[in-house]
Amino acid sequence: MELRTKAEILDQVGIRRALTRIAHEIIERNKGVTNVALIGIRRRGVPLSIRLAERIKQIEGIEVPVGFLDITLYRDDLTRLDYHPHIYRTEVNFSVTDKIIVLVDDVIYTGRTVRAAMDAIMDLGRPKAIQLAALIDRGHRELPIRADYIGKNVPTSKKEIISLRIKEIDGEDSVLIQEPLRE
Amino acid sequence: MKHLLDLQNLAPDEINTILDNAVPMKQILNREIKKVPTLRGKTVVTLFYEPSTRTKTSFELAAKYLSADTVSISAPSSSVVKGESLIDTAHTIKAAGADVVVLRHPAAGAPYLISRRVDASVINAGDGMHEHPSQALLDIFTIKEIKGSIAGLKVVIVGDILHSRVARSNVWGLSKLGAEVHLVGPATLLPPGIENLGVQVSSDLDAVLPGADVIYVLRLQLERQNQGLLPSLQEYASLYGINSRRVELAQDDVLIMHPGPLNRGVEISNEVAEHPNAVINQQVTNGVAVRMALLYLLSVGDVSNETAN
Amino acid sequence: MKLLIKNGTVIDPATDKPFQADVLCVDGKIAKMAENISSRGVKTIDATGCLLFPGFIDMHVHLREPGFEYKETIASGTRAAARGGFTGVAAMPNTAPVADNAAVIRFILEKAAQSGSSRVYPIGAITKGSQGKELAPMAEMKKAGAVAFSDDGHPVTNAYLMRQAMEYARMLKVPIISHCEDTALAAGGVMNEGYTATVLGLKGIPSAAEEIMVARDILLAEMTGCALHIAHVSTAGSVRLIRDAKRRGVPVTAEVTPHHFTLTEEAVLGYNTNAKVNPPLRTEADIEALKEGLADGTIDVIATDHAPHATHEKDKEFDYAPFGILGLETAVGLIFSELVDKGVLTLNQVACKCALNPARILGLPEKKLQVGSDADITIIDPNRREIVDPKDFVSLSSNSPFNGFTLKGLPVATILDGRITMQDRVPVSTTN
Repeated sequence: MELRTKAEILDQVGIRRALTRIAHEIIERNKGVTNVALIGIRRRGVPLSIRLAERIKQIEGIEVPVGFLDITLYRDDLTRLDYHPHIYRTEVNFSVTDKIIVLVDDVIYTGRTVRAAMDAIMDLGRPKAIQLAALIDRGHRELPIRADYIGKNVPTSKKEIISLRIKEIDGEDSVLIQEPLRE
Repeated sequence: MKHLLDLQNLAPDEINTILDNAVPMKQILNREIKKVPTLRGKTVVTLFYEPSTRTKTSFELAAKYLSADTVSISAPSSSVVKGESLIDTAHTIKAAGADVVVLRHPAAGAPYLISRRVDASVINAGDGMHEHPSQALLDIFTIKEIKGSIAGLKVVIVGDILHSRVARSNVWGLSKLGAEVHLVGPATLLPPGIENLGVQVSSDLDAVLPGADVIYVLRLQLERQNQGLLPSLQEYASLYGINSRRVELAQDDVLIMHPGPLNRGVEISNEVAEHPNAVINQQVTNGVAVRMALLYLLSVGDVSNETAN
Repeated sequence: MKLLIKNGTVIDPATDKPFQADVLCVDGKIAKMAENISSRGVKTIDATGCLLFPGFIDMHVHLREPGFEYKETIASGTRAAARGGFTGVAAMPNTAPVADNAAVIRFILEKAAQSGSSRVYPIGAITKGSQGKELAPMAEMKKAGAVAFSDDGHPVTNAYLMRQAMEYARMLKVPIISHCEDTALAAGGVMNEGYTATVLGLKGIPSAAEEIMVARDILLAEMTGCALHIAHVSTAGSVRLIRDAKRRGVPVTAEVTPHHFTLTEEAVLGYNTNAKVNPPLRTEADIEALKEGLADGTIDVIATDHAPHATHEKDKEFDYAPFGILGLETAVGLIFSELVDKGVLTLNQVACKCALNPARILGLPEKKLQVGSDADITIIDPNRREIVDPKDFVSLSSNSPFNGFTLKGLPVATILDGRITMQDRVPVSTTN
């Protein structure tokens, strides 16, 4: 499928600023981070959660625990796929019980990934609360889920594609809005 | 991959995909809540025409941890004993809407027969003297987990090779991943033509053990003595039993493996069974993880289109 | 009743060379053989480009009646014979009841007379119920029409009893047909022993299981002077033993089946129960030895061991499926594709292995294509091709491992007693 880029929503600087702001909001909302842990949803939530933890350390001087979650086994569309999603390791090396867990993902869209992630976390223990941070909210929710921390709201049509590239995975930081050349 | 009938016809890549997927599955086993919703609404039928506690329990746990429903049909409690043919049983399974059938059968090739008759995926959980692919996969997973990789390892499989489906599957799997496989047993328990499988065959255990990275001890069915294949169990134990002296001959970090259940004092001494290098219990745990990976891979999507992700 | 076969090439080992001739059959006999016989007012078969052989006899067939009519009947089996180009079949006694007494022999002959599309030569059991314990009444069976004795499928394991059987059969001047298998050595085996069996996890039957019994029965034949016919030879070792015995003058003959000279043990791969047969399919080296044995005369006969089994019986786990392969309807095609086309046998040799020798061994009227002889004729088009499809079989069963094989050289008409029993690959009803 060939894609046409319609606009760049965020560049490297824009992503950095958005994450810094989210870090501040997390600290503010939770009145510090002593009981906060971040869990990045594989794959692009992982580097985002690491960066957020770095920002928080710069601001507060505290290292918050960071974990990574693979939600493949919790997806609600597994039996409808015609391919095999690769299962990555889940790495949550701390107890989630009684912690405030901030789930970190790149884009929030239908809400189904977040639903799966919440189920996965519940199977790891009983957190005090789960909050959600997303770099981009593109709307079109199919479940009653909203993000607590949002880098940028981007109203889109369903045809459009958000192409979010992260240096650690894709070699550069950028968020593009694209659409297919032909229907 | 639609079925898992054997390792003979599996490509190294496919074996590695299964092993890779077993890693995250093993994580689930170490959690407090050992359950994921992956196979909710799927039905796994275990159809066992031979007694087996380990393999059956392992598959059932794997299915339950993935939230599948399990139905167990075992020979004594079903129409199997009333002379219902495997084909008829296949129709029953079809009617029950099974997604995966796990079949253990005394006749080699039975899983092929049933796979041609049901829409469900079929997993061979041991067919006669032919293959026991999930056992070999868990064995290979265990070796890889500890040794890091399979290629170049010297693996010595000792015992009743003739009747062993575990040995056949391990020979295929280990060879495909580059291990150097040695089969050792008395001449009466070595099947004809086995050397054509690209393995070293010998009846002199002490000569083969030096340099071994893995000693895989096969279970000896005690009735082999009555079948004229062995003069006595004592003689077998002295020639082929794995004891501390023999473990000393192998590499210091040799792994000692056994598919269970053990005949202590026959094919393996009590001491060796409790040896720090014996990973027999780890094999059992890994069995559940590997079978979860299998159930996942057979029930979800289509491995041939994996690149589409 | 007259029938004229025009423009065919006559293969008769009694004459030196094949020759072109029209053959006129009158009242079941060959009345005239000449060029350009007038066809006015005579039913005529055009055999241009075809070969005329003395009617083929398959001396090893399981017709399954009485007792297993769901697998085959005398009517369906003889129709299959006609379609396969055979004018006669010898029926093995492992029916239910076993053909171990004159009444069953008479029953088979009566049924054959009513519904048969070919001649049927009953073979009586050697022992009562083929149990290998007591001799069956061979003289009475011979009087009723039995042409040979065999416990096919249930080898006589007791050498003492086999000796007595041979002494008795020699007295009756009737051959013993031996299915050679040391049942202890073969016990539990379902295919040839070796690499393929090992990989499939199936229990093997070693060649020695056959050869031990071939050797024993040759020694007993040598001792008793009884005519011994070794059924379905499958191993190189058996060929060697028979060759040596013949050199010593032992009265031994032997047969090979088309499946044994065509297929190796690898036909079993995929647990194909249609390739499960006893003795089992062997190796390339055995096939070579069997062909040598055919070519040098060690093996006298090609017989099919036609063994029908119902689909539900074959559609089973390999270990539990019965042994047996259909033979009648694919035999000629395999003989031509595997032996004639590949230069193993001449056309004269084919006539000997399929007609003259079986007749001689079973003590039947001599088979030839000459004026005055029986008008039993097998007409073969050596260039006709066909893909084997069990749906075309007229046998009640379809257990053939040759499904999908392309065969070249096929029977196109069968003449029994001057009547057409098969024309253009389709059996012709004879019961009116």
